[in-house]
Amino acid sequence: MLGKLSWAAVPFDQPIPMAASAVVGCLILGVLIWVVVKGRLPYLWNEWITSVDHKRIGVMYCLLAMVMLLRGFTDAIMMRSQQALAFQAPGYLPPEHYDQIFSAHGTLMIFFVAMPFVIGLMNFAVPLQLGIRDVAFPTLNSVGFWLTASGALLVNISLVIGEFSRATWLPYPPLSELAYSPGVGVDYYCWAIQISGIGTLISGVNLVTTVLKMHAPGMTYMRMPMFCWTTLAANLLIVAAFPILTATLAMLLLDRYLGFHFFTNEAGGNMMMFVNLIWAWGHPEVYILILPAFGIYSEVISTFSGKPLFGYRSMVIATMAICILAFMVWLHHFFTMGAGADVNGFFGIMTTIIAVPTGVKIFNWLFTMFAGRVVFSTALLWSLGFMITFVVGGMTGVLLAVPPADFVLHNSLFLVAHFHNVLIGGVLFGCFAGYNYWFPKAFGFRLHEGLGKAAFWCWTIGFYVAFMPLYVLGLEGMTRRMQHYDVPAWRPWLLIAALGAVIILVGIILQIVQLVASIRHREDLRDDTGDPWNGRSLEWATASPPPVFNFAVLPSVSGSDTYWDLKQRAIQQPAPSPEPDYNSVEMPRNSPTGFICAFFATMMGFALIWHIWWMAGVAIAGAFATFVVFAWRDRDDYIIPVETVARIDRENRASRTRALGRLGTAQ
Amino acid sequence: MGALPAAAAAGASRGAGEGAIRIGHHGFAHGNPCCVRDVHPVPPNGGEAGAMTGSSDDPRAPRQYVHHVGRRVFVLSFLCLSSCQPALLDPRGPVALADETILLDSLVIMLAIVVPTIAATLGFAWWFRASNSKAAYWPSWAYSGQLELIVWSVPLMTIILLGGVIWIGAHQLDPAAPLASSAKPLEVQVVSLDWKWLFIYPDQAIASVNQLVVPAGVPIHFSLTSASVMNAFFVPRLGSMIYTMNGMTTRLNLLADSPGDFIGLSSDYSGDGFSGMHFAVHAETAEAFETWVKATRADGPILNRQTYAGLAVQSIGTRPFTYRSAEPGLFQAIVSRELPPGPGPRSGRPETSVSPRTEP
Repeated sequence: MLGKLSWAAVPFDQPIPMAASAVVGCLILGVLIWVVVKGRLPYLWNEWITSVDHKRIGVMYCLLAMVMLLRGFTDAIMMRSQQALAFQAPGYLPPEHYDQIFSAHGTLMIFFVAMPFVIGLMNFAVPLQLGIRDVAFPTLNSVGFWLTASGALLVNISLVIGEFSRATWLPYPPLSELAYSPGVGVDYYCWAIQISGIGTLISGVNLVTTVLKMHAPGMTYMRMPMFCWTTLAANLLIVAAFPILTATLAMLLLDRYLGFHFFTNEAGGNMMMFVNLIWAWGHPEVYILILPAFGIYSEVISTFSGKPLFGYRSMVIATMAICILAFMVWLHHFFTMGAGADVNGFFGIMTTIIAVPTGVKIFNWLFTMFAGRVVFSTALLWSLGFMITFVVGGMTGVLLAVPPADFVLHNSLFLVAHFHNVLIGGVLFGCFAGYNYWFPKAFGFRLHEGLGKAAFWCWTIGFYVAFMPLYVLGLEGMTRRMQHYDVPAWRPWLLIAALGAVIILVGIILQIVQLVASIRHREDLRDDTGDPWNGRSLEWATASPPPVFNFAVLPSVSGSDTYWDLKQRAIQQPAPSPEPDYNSVEMPRNSPTGFICAFFATMMGFALIWHIWWMAGVAIAGAFATFVVFAWRDRDDYIIPVETVARIDRENRASRTRALGRLGTAQ
Repeated sequence: MGALPAAAAAGASRGAGEGAIRIGHHGFAHGNPCCVRDVHPVPPNGGEAGAMTGSSDDPRAPRQYVHHVGRRVFVLSFLCLSSCQPALLDPRGPVALADETILLDSLVIMLAIVVPTIAATLGFAWWFRASNSKAAYWPSWAYSGQLELIVWSVPLMTIILLGGVIWIGAHQLDPAAPLASSAKPLEVQVVSLDWKWLFIYPDQAIASVNQLVVPAGVPIHFSLTSASVMNAFFVPRLGSMIYTMNGMTTRLNLLADSPGDFIGLSSDYSGDGFSGMHFAVHAETAEAFETWVKATRADGPILNRQTYAGLAVQSIGTRPFTYRSAEPGLFQAIVSRELPPGPGPRSGRPETSVSPRTEP
């Protein structure tokens, strides 16, 4: 009846997961009770869960990322404390637990923190920057989000029911094959990633179509803000790379479920094929993450320097060059697998070539600040922190692309330090910059700057204290994923690294305090202009938060930095622009399709993990029925009457005129 | 910045004095005073490693001194005054030395561009701060052809230089390429098991577990495979690592300059027993190695297909031991899968197979 599932699957004898899940369970239950008691359930359902508004979906993506960041960071601090304690000692985490923790940490941070954070920010900002009312496929967008959430849920269910993978965040066979990982851990991993991977692919298709096909009048490709370009590049990579991941994991699942031999030791299986395939996805994946972050930095540095982005065309070329080169370097992840010198040399050189467009970007940001008026806002601090941290991470990355250096540094803590250097210092700092930058647009009030800056300093200092020792440890020959060790020389560095993790923890607490304090003092932080940073692109041309239709009348674009030019003209010719001709607006209707699909997807994943075949059948049938119902819908949009549109926009225009007056006086 | 010229000088002296990246390099007595565990004093004339090396009146000697001072300054500057010299920067063989040379040379090439970039970032941001009324403000300046040219060509030229280092380095340090030496290489066959290392000496017909004894100054030719899951064979002080995979043989050539004890480990995660999967490497003089071979032949269990099957069962923390004889062709039988892959976790657990917890 319940397949492999029994009470033995719940780790009652392990206090850490039990306590953790009890706390989380109570928290979820508490929130649910609060929502029901306060009568907020209809609001939550109508305005958020079934919403197909790209802004709401973007916010939910970011929220998911932040919650998962807490979970992933908990894993990180457990790993750091284990390694600090486990010198000639077993520490407090036995190997089978420690191995799950680092596997979950990597999986969560890449798939359920970095991915949803960048996708959320792209979802939120790109349609606004393009001057359009919604993405190309609004309901599909909702499906994509909820499938991602479904994957995250499955990973977290593994904490209480069964176990998570002990085969690292990229489950190399044969370790991940049934013979060596007979438990449900690898299955949890595979199904969580398969389900969320479909969600990511959907989101990629949606955003590529949006950027390519939907523009405000006059918004040509070469007038798009840089963030739209990096979004295009990242999502092209998603569309090209994620099917490889899905296919690779599908083959692993066939090995595990139906006795195939794609990657097994026996019957002609070849683990090297898995390693090649997974990195053919895995390397583009890092550019999927970093390119949107590059776009955010471009926006932030340009805005807070009061200047257009320097070398826009170079930046576009560099972005698209990275997009293509991303697919030609995957082998540098396994120079030590014994490929010949020609192959290693070729991929080493290809890898370093990516440093050229990346270097160009750094220099262009540098010259964007040159002769600007740099305002040290929180978002700009994150960007500066990025520029300095990222060149160090980029340098160590190029170092690892030199095969003989990689022969001694591969899989070492030097490597761990390198990719955290680019993922934290590049992707996460970018997400935080974007979060501080676009928060007022999403909610109509700014985040507290002082607390934001304090969080920045804790994160940055904590990062250096936590990860610079890992570079040294890598040079001392320490490999990654060690549950205990006997070498005395490693210990002091691991103690320092643990201290760094604590400093980062303070940073995270400060970010939570920043959010809470900003909500409590939202009236003081209110932005009624829609343009708190003296912005340059179109998202600042509408109210904060934007109305559901974004723009009452689609803006007409005649150059880059559209809104900046508009403001300059308005300041020079203070005559109020005539009120536009308003029309009624057609918007897509909310739909529970995404939520219901994800419900069935979670059910299917869970059923397949535990071999509950009937439940898997029910779930697949349910998902199919949902799709049929959606396909048969009669009406998928609704009309916002012209009076409502006009009323909302008049308020926006009034506050904007006041703001322009202030700006004019200031200049 | 003070370290930069010294480091550059070190790189230059290496380039000038040694020409090729791979060199016959004699044991240099620069053991770190605070790291006692691996220090082996070496006779000033290069001692038993003579087959490989020049002697103390080698014309390179003074430059090597500069080279070592330069490296020491370099290491101290960039590794935050490490109290103990890191293993990789204290190489004990030509492969490790060449790996490390390329690593440091590449680092210097890149630092030449990275350090000014960091300085410029801080400088520009500070000078052009909004409150600085002395700073220029060009609100629409966004293009300059000359600057664009520089912006593209600086990283491009750096990468062209580095590309040369990569191509030459990848070829000269190909793990499968034999080392230049007049001595006949010692054959060692390596099998990674769950979770221990088996070393078979086919010419001596002996074997050892979690313990690798080699003669110093003699190239060692490793053939490696795995009994079950992937691992990587790595002795940091001797240089390059290589993966081990079931059904496949990888090759690696290493050499220890002088006698010494080193740590070897697996550097590719292989399951619950991974952290304990290290082994001791003893580089001995030629005579001491012969003595060890004789002593090993005299005592201990024998390695054949039956005892191998027992060894292949998963175990953690196996103490080092030796086999007095090793069945010929065993390694080939493992690689060709004539012998089945090592078994996974013991059966008999509940089918749910949650974390194994404590063994009953």
